[in-house]
Amino acid sequence: MIVNQFLVLAALLFSIGIYGVLVRRNAVLVLLSIELMLTGVNINLVAFGQYIQDAFLAGQVFALFVITVAAAEVGIGLAIVVLIFRNRASANVDELDLLKW
Amino acid sequence: MELTDWIADARNVVFLVIALAMLGSSVMVVTSRNVIHAALMLVVALAGAAALFLMLGAEFVAWTIVLVYIGAVIVLFLFGIMITRAPTKADPVRLDHKRRWPALIVALGTFATMATVTTMAFGDTPMPDGVSRSGDLGDVLFTRFVIPFEVVSFVLLAALIGGIVLARKDPQT
Repeated sequence: MIVNQFLVLAALLFSIGIYGVLVRRNAVLVLLSIELMLTGVNINLVAFGQYIQDAFLAGQVFALFVITVAAAEVGIGLAIVVLIFRNRASANVDELDLLKW
Repeated sequence: MELTDWIADARNVVFLVIALAMLGSSVMVVTSRNVIHAALMLVVALAGAAALFLMLGAEFVAWTIVLVYIGAVIVLFLFGIMITRAPTKADPVRLDHKRRWPALIVALGTFATMATVTTMAFGDTPMPDGVSRSGDLGDVLFTRFVIPFEVVSFVLLAALIGGIVLARKDPQT
């Protein structure tokens, strides 16, 4: 196994996530794409942590933190989406123009 | 390193299978016309990530991915889809923008940049063999990283309260 194969796969997942964030209109699907990007980041963290053979396992610890923050982000994000859906009867991100004038 | 040398290692074959499964399922996540299928394809991608973590010796992170992501976050997503799109099979509105080319160019440019940089920086550097050290991870999490650990638990508490406050009906109105 070489280091680069993990990094290229993570870059691929991150780019697919970027494409999803840019192209999707449904807010839930945008959140799904963000999860994809965070998965790529986690693979990078664990791969680098394994590469430098860290005594403190910082890569894995930070991957755990990213997972936790992602879970919190999904909870808040879905609550906001549900709230917007209740007020506007739509979860499309390009119909959200409350801050535009 | 030649491709034949690379593929001769059995672990690389396993990696290739997992990577192709993750790739296909993540492309399905961003292109699927059915929202439920997109959420379920994310399960495959995350399971592939967990398998990669097992290959890298990060056992605890792998099972945390399975528990937290596949067990909890995806269920949360399915509930969100259920609430915001009651008829879950048909899609009356388009899920994608009409113009996809700019997004595709941005994504390909990002990938090309990152892949070029990592290939230039690492090339054929071999990955050290992974030894699972879950006990050490627990140790270090409660000694050196104990303050970030507690801060993260506070973040989770704040997210819990914030989610409840946001999602409940306002009593005044």
